[in-house]
Amino acid sequence: MGHLRQIGYGRENCEQRQAAAPLEVSRRRRPGRGGLLGRPALIALAALLVALASGCGSEPGAPGAAPAGGRPLCIAGSTSVEPFLEKLAELYMREHRGARIDVQGGGSSAGVYAAHQGAADLGSCSRELTEGEKGLVEIPIAYDGIAVIVHPSNPMTDISLEKLRQIYQGTMTDWRSLSLPPHSIDLITREEGSGTRNAFEELVMGEHEITPGALVQDSNGAVRELVSTDPYSIGYISLGLVDPSVKALSINGVKPDPDNIKNHSYKLVRRFLLISRLAPTGQAKAFIDFILSPQGQKILEQEGLVGISE
Amino acid sequence: MNQGKFIERVLLFLALSAIGCLALITIFIFKEGMPLIWHTGLKDFLFSSHWAPTKGYFGIGAMIISSLLVTLGALVLGVPLALACAIVLAEFSPPRLKTILKPTLELLAGIPSVVYGFLGVIWLVPLIRDHLGGPGLSLLAGAIILGIMILPTVISISIDALDAVPDLYRDGSIALGATQWQTVRRVVVPAASSGIVTAVILGMGRAVGETMAVIMVAGNALKIPTSVLDPVRTLTSNIALELGYASGRHREALFATGIVLFVIIMILNLSATLITRRR
Repeated sequence: MGHLRQIGYGRENCEQRQAAAPLEVSRRRRPGRGGLLGRPALIALAALLVALASGCGSEPGAPGAAPAGGRPLCIAGSTSVEPFLEKLAELYMREHRGARIDVQGGGSSAGVYAAHQGAADLGSCSRELTEGEKGLVEIPIAYDGIAVIVHPSNPMTDISLEKLRQIYQGTMTDWRSLSLPPHSIDLITREEGSGTRNAFEELVMGEHEITPGALVQDSNGAVRELVSTDPYSIGYISLGLVDPSVKALSINGVKPDPDNIKNHSYKLVRRFLLISRLAPTGQAKAFIDFILSPQGQKILEQEGLVGISE
Repeated sequence: MNQGKFIERVLLFLALSAIGCLALITIFIFKEGMPLIWHTGLKDFLFSSHWAPTKGYFGIGAMIISSLLVTLGALVLGVPLALACAIVLAEFSPPRLKTILKPTLELLAGIPSVVYGFLGVIWLVPLIRDHLGGPGLSLLAGAIILGIMILPTVISISIDALDAVPDLYRDGSIALGATQWQTVRRVVVPAASSGIVTAVILGMGRAVGETMAVIMVAGNALKIPTSVLDPVRTLTSNIALELGYASGRHREALFATGIVLFVIIMILNLSATLITRRR
């Protein structure tokens, strides 16, 4: 049960956790008949404020250097990476008594920013770093493929990157152009701001914009549901979420499977990164080593990602 | 201070705090959204249809048009049904039937909108896709679902308006030799017309503001629709779809969308109030 409670705890802010310790100390010192705002209470309040102000990154120079059992390791960032990290943290804490890891969301950009500012020990990120963000230490932990999916009854098995771009650009609107029976293509995309859409735009669209005529759904699941019910549709989702209700297409003749992702022949792939300001040490390093160990990578593969190391 | 005075003060405070909430919400929406409108310019924001917030384009023209079209469609489909229903229940049905049917219709209002949306996706969308063409998720699907959703509002307010017409009018008309239908058509409905218009306007407000069901069935595409089978994105859908990941200017743009919605709803409610008061 211990690890379960800690996971639940992990959803709170790192700051709150920090504040708890000084409060406890002061409570012990507090005299029985002290006023409501006696001196000890004031001290506690001050301690609380100091703890809140310093936050999770009280030692930004040495990420994760605190000994196990002390300050929790704080990881913030991409909501795509978050569930995988939570799973890994849960198993890590089960194996290492006293270790505490807080995993938070917030988005890729927020994660990079938090790592840079030292507000979190590690940031997580589901896109490549931009020019302005270079200079941080990036640790790739897994690959996530993006699968282009159609209805299972669609006879097509392969599509070229160029044709895919034309479809999403809105210049190719009929299945006839792909030598299928004529019917308009029901084009499905994700909403603006989505990490999956961001990666798709980068990898497929380049400079071009996705046509405003495309249907917009707000989750991987909703796109899959729609494609599985509409025989004339095409969409894209995270590879880990492809199931038999839809058919994933090969791109330029390359099947989207773990092997092709590992040897870089399948092109629609994004990396999941952990970001740190300096080379990680202590608990952060131990956790990263755990993720990159065969055991950690196997967990990620079971969850539908593709491991980054052999 | 005696007890009555004290309780009066407390109640006054509570009443004002509810209004205070409204004021705070208004201030907050405007504070968050106005910077973007200054930045983009009101004209570009309202009339451009190029919405690509991560690339710096903030035009909600297509969504305003879509919102209006979906609402209009809902009114075209829903109002005749609602009026017919209200007239039958108020004028022609025996009181026993009315006491059963009216609460039943009002139950429609209690069904969560996600359930309407779900029914739309499971049943209506495939029906449109298979029989009429297009992707199914469309302006038409949105209008049909909203048309059903505004029924309880329009029906119950219309019934109240019809009931408020004094029996004197009916008796006078019948005494002059008019049939019951002639009485309803020429006397009762015209006498209740301002109440019925209010009902329609409030129904319209409900249709403009509805979000969940529309996101699920309307397809959320960004272009201006050219047929009823085209997918559309309404103002409310835009906010709900993109709020999750939005930051910076993008987030401001969603609040600015909220300002536009706020103004539209305010205008609708004000005109409903004015029409009722004129009576």
